[in-house]
Amino acid sequence: MHELSIALSMIEQIEQVAAKHSGTVRSAQVRIGVLSGVDCEALRFAWEIARTGTPLAATALDIESVPLRVRCPACGSTHAAEVHSILCPRCVTPEQEILEGRELQLASLEIDE
Amino acid sequence: MTAQPRLIEVRANILKENDVLARQLRERFERAGVTVVSFVSSPGSGKTTLLEKLMARLAAGHRIAALVGDLATENDAARLQRACPQVRQITTGTVCHLDAKMIAAALEGWTLEDLDFLFIENVGNLVCPASYDLGEQMRVVLLSATEGEDKPLKYPTIFNTADVAMITKIDLAAAAEFDREAARRSILSVRPGMKIFEVSAKTGAGMDEAEALFESLRISNDPV
Repeated sequence: MHELSIALSMIEQIEQVAAKHSGTVRSAQVRIGVLSGVDCEALRFAWEIARTGTPLAATALDIESVPLRVRCPACGSTHAAEVHSILCPRCVTPEQEILEGRELQLASLEIDE
Repeated sequence: MTAQPRLIEVRANILKENDVLARQLRERFERAGVTVVSFVSSPGSGKTTLLEKLMARLAAGHRIAALVGDLATENDAARLQRACPQVRQITTGTVCHLDAKMIAAALEGWTLEDLDFLFIENVGNLVCPASYDLGEQMRVVLLSATEGEDKPLKYPTIFNTADVAMITKIDLAAAAEFDREAARRSILSVRPGMKIFEVSAKTGAGMDEAEALFESLRISNDPV
């Protein structure tokens, strides 16, 4: 359960960005890859705890789960992949370059001025 | 409030602080010429025993140090000290993983230039350590023959972020009815092309190959 550490890092990061703008943070948009090691439900739960008593106590968290997308080094095609079978569907080459799915990203903030 | 909020684009990695620190560590390790390998696995899959035996073998020709992470106790450090004296325990308290900041703090006072290998034993956990880069050159994930062959399918992220897999306690495979081929298949389905070693720290099976793997990292790190 490292989602609490992740949520605390997010609070710190959001406060740093928000300090450069006037107003209150209505919501934060984050992108969580399926191979990031972070569970979205656990992160939602941790967020509720982490934001309590901070200036972000009323800030909503919007989580976008990012599916796995890979590029085949053999045939050059890009395609969606399942975490449990990372294989090129076209030429069955096993070693795939991961394009998306590892994200642990603070994408944007909505600020009420 | 009816006014539309203003949208601020951020696009920053949430663990940026850790990633920056890990990158600095990696550069420091490279400059010092020390080969850094970390080990991750579930609790009880044999990280400490494997490391103890590996370090004893490598200590003959190399200068070795180790950092070992646990929630509590210094027992693992005491065990590793039997193989090499330069060992530090990182007790994380309630934290379920090591991060780059803990590594940097634990290295204080050590001269990295005096080392050939630094081994890092992460907290026994197949989930949380996956998200944290420690600046290591190679991450080894262990799966023991007494665990389920489908563990890689249950914890795909940790297997996907590791560079090499080692199946430990292979001497117990028959007794535990461990299906080696099924285990290999599940590792390769989450991390295609991954190099897999089968080892037994107890009988010594596969240990020559494991030792050779680390020796090969050393050769590539030697200044030309």
